[in-house]
Amino acid sequence: MSRLLEVEALEVSFGAASAVRGASLALDRGETLCLVGESGCGKSVTALAVMGLLARNASRGAARLSFDGQDLRGLDERGMSRLRGNRMAMIFQEPMTSLNPAYTVGSQMAEVMLRHRGGTRAAAMARAEDLLGRVRITSPAMRLGQYPHQLSGGLRQRVMIAMALMCDPELLIADEPTTALDVTVQAQILRLLLDLQKDLGLAMLLITHDLGVVARVAHRVAVMYAGEVVETAAAADLFARPTHPYTRGLLACVPVPGKVARGAALGSIAGVVPRLGPGFSGCGFRDRCGEATAACGGTIARASAGEGHDYLCRLPPGWRAGAGAAP
Amino acid sequence: MSAAPIIDVRGVRRSFRVRQGLFAAPRHVAAIDGVSFSVGAGEVLGIVGESGCGKSTLARVILGLLPPTAGEVLVDGQRVADMDRRARARLIQPVFQDPFSSLNPRRRVRDVVSMPLDAQGDVPAAEARRRVDEMLARVGLDPSMGERYPAELSGGQRQRVAIARALVLRPRIVVCDEPTSALDVSVQAQILNLLAELRDALGLTYLFISHNLAVVEHVATEVAVMYLGRIVERRETSALFGAPAHPYTKALLASVLTPEPGLGIPDTGLGDAMPDPSNVPPGCSFHPRCPVATARCRVDIPATARVAGGQSDCHLL
Repeated sequence: MSRLLEVEALEVSFGAASAVRGASLALDRGETLCLVGESGCGKSVTALAVMGLLARNASRGAARLSFDGQDLRGLDERGMSRLRGNRMAMIFQEPMTSLNPAYTVGSQMAEVMLRHRGGTRAAAMARAEDLLGRVRITSPAMRLGQYPHQLSGGLRQRVMIAMALMCDPELLIADEPTTALDVTVQAQILRLLLDLQKDLGLAMLLITHDLGVVARVAHRVAVMYAGEVVETAAAADLFARPTHPYTRGLLACVPVPGKVARGAALGSIAGVVPRLGPGFSGCGFRDRCGEATAACGGTIARASAGEGHDYLCRLPPGWRAGAGAAP
Repeated sequence: MSAAPIIDVRGVRRSFRVRQGLFAAPRHVAAIDGVSFSVGAGEVLGIVGESGCGKSTLARVILGLLPPTAGEVLVDGQRVADMDRRARARLIQPVFQDPFSSLNPRRRVRDVVSMPLDAQGDVPAAEARRRVDEMLARVGLDPSMGERYPAELSGGQRQRVAIARALVLRPRIVVCDEPTSALDVSVQAQILNLLAELRDALGLTYLFISHNLAVVEHVATEVAVMYLGRIVERRETSALFGAPAHPYTKALLASVLTPEPGLGIPDTGLGDAMPDPSNVPPGCSFHPRCPVATARCRVDIPATARVAGGQSDCHLL
């Protein structure tokens, strides 16, 4: 069986700025892939490029961009909008700005169904009510008649999830779905997403900067930096044997209760994510990397650190800090 | 804790009038409801809790930006309400969450940092300039940054500017309200390290408000957990994280997702009822979400009990 989503050598640029520089991803049914990285690394743009939701001034190119065997590159806007909200759905970080404040929860949810599947409004409303119950919203019939501002942040995000599920999508892209929520609510929403995924066999592309979320929900992880996927691995493998210097740096920045001594300095990565233009070559991380040498300005080949674990760096797997300067 | 606390909060209550409809009579909603605590010089008190628990309102009351409805706040032995703005500014300064909106976009960095000195009205220009340069260097910014505008800086650099502005008067207390929440993890680590360095170098006391428990555990010496306007647990950091006493603290700690794969998503046991400050339940305000609530919790407000390294308000202790 072919993979559900395949992205190869995706390039997205906005004028003279390259946001995504040759990123590749693949996702199977029932799998959760976490796309992790800091602001500006291109993770959201990658998701928008897959959904065909890029701004008009963006240009997109890819060696391969297919969903369930169908090439998305040649698809026109009408073809894309037949897929979007239907077979592939997306939820965003801030549920208040992605829900329409002027319509009730029920009518926004029903619209998705009516648009893609037709049928009667009553049937669509019944489906909406059913799904609100499924995302564990209490008294769903009453919520259908409410407006987004009458709901708490956690409830709004549940509504967004329910809305994304209206047409039984095969792929769910969630862009920082819990970042705006309290930790207690975050745990509830993530549990819900995982339960739904198991029940419905969803493929989930979860975009986050929170390594705690990644560790707990991902099957596979792709770490992005400056528009490139610098390391991919199974989640357990990535946390046990992070190999790219950026991945290691990122992991060292997070205070872990009980592991990082209180009062001890946290690891940090000096500098900021660079803005790279087209024609940039070599490793995008080299200006911030403690191991960089002149060789990092040349072409860097993708190396393997084991089964399903590859990374974009000239250092050998299992390298130690400081040893990189040796020829 | 040293003998004389540098921050002393006594029975503070702050309520707001809210109208729930065009013709409905306004109601009073207590954002903070009877909070008392003190902080010794050089300590870092972390304040945690969910949105709407009153932690930011508490920060504003302590900073003197909001008068309390009842109770009083003493800073370094003086009532905040009696101090004039300039004296208050020399003693206590804020650092806010969002460095994108807390810096004036039309002023150069140098002028932003210099503002508290200018507002004092008695600092000579040359002296102000020298202190701004010194403070920029202390927070790790190149002096040339002083000539730039906030829009030209990254999030981490902007937060450094906000810290420099807070420290330029050499206050004794800094109230940090979610200082790293808007930043990326690598930048968050830089800012947390900087705050720790500055505390040691300048002998500062921090009130550190955050919803990120891992960060609070890392920086705070003591932690207060707020729920619906009250402090439900207040302990030394290691005691609180080692053996949380209050069921709410337990649930909060359980929801922290540490980067350890394979552990899955914890069940907090909190249920779906959300705390609503305009509709505070009777008895222990946490009882509708509490997995171990008893009949008594629905009726009586719990008294404060002593626990190792601090105190907590729960009937079951």
